[in-house]
Amino acid sequence: MDLSLLVIQMLNGLQLGLLLFLVASGLTLVFGILDFVNLAHGALYMLGAFFCATLTFALGNFLLAVVVSIPIMAAVGWVLERVLAQPLYARNHLDHVLGTFGAILVIDTLVHLIWGPEGIQVPLPDYLEGQVPLWGDVVVPTFRLLIIGAGLGAAGLLFWLVNYTRLGMLIRAGASNRTMVSALGINIEMLFALVFALGAALAGLAGMLIAPITEASIGMGNNIIITAFVVIIVGGIGSMKGAFIAALMIGLIDTLGRSFLDDIFKLAMSTESAETSAPAVSAMLIYIIMAAVLAFRPQGLFPPKVR
Amino acid sequence: MKRILSMALAATMLTTPAMAETVKIGFVTTLTTGAAVIGKDMENAVNLAMDHLGGMAGDTKLEVVFGDDQFAPEAGKQVTDKLVKQDDVDVVAGYIWSHVLLASRKSVLDAGKILISANAGPSQIAGKLCSENFFSTSWQNDQTPMAMGEVLNQQGVKSLYIMAPNYAAGKNMVAGVERTFQGEVKGKDLTKWGADAQLDFSAELAKAKASGAEGIFVFYPGAAAGAFIKQYHQAGLKDTMPLYSVFTVDALSLPRLQAADFESVLGSRVTQQWDPSLDNAANKKFVDDFKAKYGGYPSFYAAQSYDAIMLIASAVEAVGGDMSNQDAFRAAIKAADFDSVRGDFAFGTNNMPVQNFYLREVVADADGNWTTKVVATVYENHVDSYAAECSMN
Repeated sequence: MDLSLLVIQMLNGLQLGLLLFLVASGLTLVFGILDFVNLAHGALYMLGAFFCATLTFALGNFLLAVVVSIPIMAAVGWVLERVLAQPLYARNHLDHVLGTFGAILVIDTLVHLIWGPEGIQVPLPDYLEGQVPLWGDVVVPTFRLLIIGAGLGAAGLLFWLVNYTRLGMLIRAGASNRTMVSALGINIEMLFALVFALGAALAGLAGMLIAPITEASIGMGNNIIITAFVVIIVGGIGSMKGAFIAALMIGLIDTLGRSFLDDIFKLAMSTESAETSAPAVSAMLIYIIMAAVLAFRPQGLFPPKVR
Repeated sequence: MKRILSMALAATMLTTPAMAETVKIGFVTTLTTGAAVIGKDMENAVNLAMDHLGGMAGDTKLEVVFGDDQFAPEAGKQVTDKLVKQDDVDVVAGYIWSHVLLASRKSVLDAGKILISANAGPSQIAGKLCSENFFSTSWQNDQTPMAMGEVLNQQGVKSLYIMAPNYAAGKNMVAGVERTFQGEVKGKDLTKWGADAQLDFSAELAKAKASGAEGIFVFYPGAAAGAFIKQYHQAGLKDTMPLYSVFTVDALSLPRLQAADFESVLGSRVTQQWDPSLDNAANKKFVDDFKAKYGGYPSFYAAQSYDAIMLIASAVEAVGGDMSNQDAFRAAIKAADFDSVRGDFAFGTNNMPVQNFYLREVVADADGNWTTKVVATVYENHVDSYAAECSMN
């Protein structure tokens, strides 16, 4: 097996993992601290992509559009928290699911009304469309390196935020014991709104980063949300470290599975059966892992220190 | 309350006019999800056909009822059932996706109604599952990639990497190109498909590049087309691994690719049974009016849908609007006496069209818009590979 191919596939897996982390981090914060099951998180991912696409055409510059869209997504998250999440905090998880599922349908239809049924292809400047030769045979598209950079940057920022700031301390405390934090006189409503807005901004950023590669389309959030839930279940709900490691793990396993599983299968079975079974099995891999984690360590691999 | 309701119901039954019958056509396509762009194009073509016909086939009024399959076989079957049982349509047409068609065919055929596919062409329905009530105005899935395989041989391409989505039509496309391509297939990837299809092909493109194949053959309809072409462009493969595709580069994806300036697609080669530049009167009228009304070139999905409506109208006119004689109507459909946008049109023994396949190249037209034009004819009057498996004759 080619070493440079392995390196390239690992970079691809890293990129997918970091995008998953951006989505999952917001989700795990909201689920861990607010105890709110937010299915509409995927819709925020989609909105980020659409806002960025429209602004790229309006401002003529993709990077500028990203910078402008992030606070817009935070504002959208804030509004969503006030309107949708707040009335539902006192209710049980099933009501959260129903409410946020309804929100997905509403947001999808709103996007359909505003932007139409077609997706938007996001144009990139020429310097982002090329390739970067790293070393030897390893050549990576520039934009994917940008995604990896942005993902690592966001992860670093979150790490600093959660571990070295007062807000981060409140977040970690809220993840451990929400009632106690409120009893200690912290304005829990403001904290919740901030966390929700942060989650929305992160999900929106992920959408903005994937749109130039695929496209901004309706319903794009619906499948990433499922993978994000798998990530937070495997990583441990409420844990940023868990989300990071699980996201990278799942990104790598999914990518390496798609790349090499058919070759591995060909060693054990005929070419024809390998070619039919490999794509099916590689699609199932992450759910098999989730099932295994739920069976042997249901609290996740890195759960936050609790209560 | 119940009595008043039932009396009102009886009254409406009595007042149904018995004069000019309306022939209802049920049209199933994808109107929601990311693939709705295709459904919209087909809907536009159907509406244009109705405009051109004035809503009439001879003296009979025509009515189209649209159904949304939501890109899922379960929903497609449900909406087909609704059209057949609740709306009591006379003919069912449409169907973009092979897996939706395969799931829905029984609902139409068991009711004894005519089913016309305006796109999907799974091998089963051309072969073992053929039926006297099923017709196609499109093609059989394998034919277009078979034409591409021939083209690859003619161009001297010795090795190929194949990528397609993992569903009925994807497998047909792969089978089709492998049937005629004489070189070496260096690798094959079937990617996840459905409403949440895989749209990030980084791993597969890396494998393709590493395989050292001389060309890459893909089939990615709908939203995946833009995603694939973009990533192909970003991977810088245009010079090392030219792109040969079927049903990927079309009038739907080209405007978006042009807006985002993905020049890698210019000059790429596509095979198809129809092209906007085909030189016949029906096609000129169709393309010009479509551009005038909807602002862009029609796709092949639109052309096939337009042909389906025109075919149905010609048959309705031939039987004088009398739908009670199914045999006569079926014979009129089989006769296919209408002006197709692809020129001459005839059905084969298995009710799939026997038609030409052309090699087309992506170019910029006189106004600078990206479209395709015919470069050569690959197959003339081609019969699909499954006709022999069909027990009708």
